[in-house]
Amino acid sequence: MPAVVTAPTELDLPAVDGLVWVDHPWITIVWNDPINLMSYVTHVLMSYFSYSRPAAERLMLQVHQEGRAVVSTGTREEMERDVAAMHSYGLWATLAKDGSEG
Amino acid sequence: MSDFDSDAPLEYDPAHGFIRTATGRIVLRVDELERGLLSSLFTQIIDLLDPVPADQLDPLAQMVGIAESAQRPDDAALARLLPDAYPDDDAASVDFRRYTERDLRDGKVARARIALDMLAATGPKITLTEDQAEAWMLAINDVRLALGTRLGIEEENHEALVRRAETDPSASAIHVYDWLTYLAETLVRCLQSED
Repeated sequence: MPAVVTAPTELDLPAVDGLVWVDHPWITIVWNDPINLMSYVTHVLMSYFSYSRPAAERLMLQVHQEGRAVVSTGTREEMERDVAAMHSYGLWATLAKDGSEG
Repeated sequence: MSDFDSDAPLEYDPAHGFIRTATGRIVLRVDELERGLLSSLFTQIIDLLDPVPADQLDPLAQMVGIAESAQRPDDAALARLLPDAYPDDDAASVDFRRYTERDLRDGKVARARIALDMLAATGPKITLTEDQAEAWMLAINDVRLALGTRLGIEEENHEALVRRAETDPSASAIHVYDWLTYLAETLVRCLQSED
């Protein structure tokens, strides 16, 4: 085994090129509901998340046809912010740990 | 979700609802009946969301935006406007409410007030900035959510609700709901035509 060449303190640095810890364990889910207009949901996804129209329409249709869609991923705090924003728009949104949602 | 084009609750008529003028401004024309109806609906939303007088709240909690009551509302319409953030975790949902619900309520009330104040201050032609139009769109949507929940709107029962309204006057709010859907759709089209 070669001798240790780096100072041990550097091992604690959080972001080293190519070794960034990707911490995206939470997701924001938008659920289908019978009241929100398709055009409105598309508009919300475009204005809040800055999705392109095709991307927003794809997600909107996924919500409409499959009952729900993941609209963003990130830390729990970020997802709580997104869920609160969706609620202010009147969309039915929840958050979950990625992989834990049934 | 509901699709304006396929549900077609009202025929699209550019002379009513929101339009974007040739000069790029968003304009809503309302007659006195519509003005009174909209004012009443926005007032009801404010009453629904803002039942606690500010002076009865803990000022410290209010200052940092923490709600005193953090339970899921019993009222179905209110619960639709303020949904749970964690469907399978009541404790986390309650905690989320404590820190976000006050702001959520305040934002919805503020937007309804913008619309209400403009209705009171202007004539039959209401000209909106982009920001005001955004506030109107969210406020109208909140009214649709509350009214639609009360009416029991589901994905496929629109026609049945319209038929019921023919014989049951208590169901006639479906026509108000359809009119709001029309307003919402024309407003979204205006805002989308900006980009």
